[in-house]
Amino acid sequence: MLDLIILILLLLLTYGTGSYLEKRHFKNIQQREIALIRKPIISFGAKKWTTNKKIKKIELVAGEVVISGDYFKNFVASLKNFFGGRLTPFESIMDRARREAILRMREKAKYANIIVNVRIESVMLSDLYNPQSIPQCAIIAYGTAITYEKEQ
Amino acid sequence: MIITTIETIPGMKIKAHCGLVSGSTVRAKNAIKDIGAGLKNMVGGELKSYTELLTEAREEAVSRMVAQAKKLKANAIVNVRFATSSVTVGAAEVYAYGTAVEVVKPEG
Repeated sequence: MLDLIILILLLLLTYGTGSYLEKRHFKNIQQREIALIRKPIISFGAKKWTTNKKIKKIELVAGEVVISGDYFKNFVASLKNFFGGRLTPFESIMDRARREAILRMREKAKYANIIVNVRIESVMLSDLYNPQSIPQCAIIAYGTAITYEKEQ
Repeated sequence: MIITTIETIPGMKIKAHCGLVSGSTVRAKNAIKDIGAGLKNMVGGELKSYTELLTEAREEAVSRMVAQAKKLKANAIVNVRFATSSVTVGAAEVYAYGTAVEVVKPEG
């Protein structure tokens, strides 16, 4: 009985903290994305990217982030996993992590005019075959930041 | 050293290829930080210590790759990619590889 009470309390508590943190994070991401909306980034067809403009600086930039789920999400996901279908609790984690990693990369290259050939790489920090391991999402986003020389 | 993820370096000409260069590193955080991350995992949110781990691992991999390219007397690395693999829980391998080239400014 006591175990059940503790479980329910824990679920309620982590549901509260988890959804609060997630909402705050999404809001933060949205604001930062709007601030950067005029900076172009390219991934498609950019492998042989060239320009006629004079180039001042070329640099590799990267951003990384690790986002974890919470106890409530893990609980819900393990239930859903039994029946199959979309695991919505984890979809939002992946979405947050990717957007955050891309934003960090873009913020590091604020001086640049364009970021080309952006790639996104995911890292497995937890053990897939161990059910007790922590589900988390680690993303590295990287690209080439290019700064043009100012035209006179 | 110019490092890019594209196949050319805009505004420069590739004079010679020096071959494939790579650098890798496997890193882990200490046990106390692992426990901290475990607790944070209950609540949800970003695991800052693991983010730090990734940053360090990436920088280390790139610096090893650059060191290798310098040995080959290259002055740029093109088409750089990162690859990762999981070794154990709480550890990450980051592997960076690219093509070392010698670039020159075109005349005129």
